Amino acid sequence: MFQLIRVPIDIQKIADGLQKPEDGALVVFEGVVRNNSQDKAVRFLEYDAYESMALKKIEEIGSRARNQFAIRDIAIVHRLGRMDIGECSVAIIVASAHRGSAFEACRFAIDTIKKIVPIWKKEFYEDGEVWIEGAH
Amino acid sequence: MSIRVLFFASLSDITGIRETSVDAREFTDAISVFNKFAEDFPALETYRSSALFAVNSEFARPASPVQDGDEVAFFPPVSGG
Repeated sequence: MFQLIRVPIDIQKIADGLQKPEDGALVVFEGVVRNNSQDKAVRFLEYDAYESMALKKIEEIGSRARNQFAIRDIAIVHRLGRMDIGECSVAIIVASAHRGSAFEACRFAIDTIKKIVPIWKKEFYEDGEVWIEGAH
Repeated sequence: MSIRVLFFASLSDITGIRETSVDAREFTDAISVFNKFAEDFPALETYRSSALFAVNSEFARPASPVQDGDEVAFFPPVSGG
């Protein structure tokens, strides 16, 4: 399951939909909105995306994770729009017979999302706002 | 005969454009489209070396060809997650 949504991410629902009796491990990663960035207090974030390409890239990452790691399935959901401190911006859930490959696939997925999925976050401070740009 | 052009994040702020179109007959590659907007919006020059290009939702090189019906996007390095 690969989605871009504009409402809070329901992790339990995604996990319930993914899990099957043959799974021995379910690894969940949540990216959450932090209240600080480079010594500045962050009030909230906004995420924007090139949605058609972002979804395509998320699906690609899911396919690569399934091909490269011994996992059974993976779900990736990224939220867009405004998010407050502590809210979940991205959820990755990996189902697998064993934990090792599930952890590895989950790590691969979040690291690759941060490199190739066209989504950008804007940080809002008391005194302004800045688009965050990733490492090239 | 048009090419759809998209800007995102800081590049959209600079141009004031999220989506527009240009005459396909005037452009041959992605960088020629970028150059046209850099003439109109000189602040884009600060992104010349870091901006990422996409053609039809796939990462592209500056020299990647563009033609009628294509969608070309320009954006800064991504920061999702």
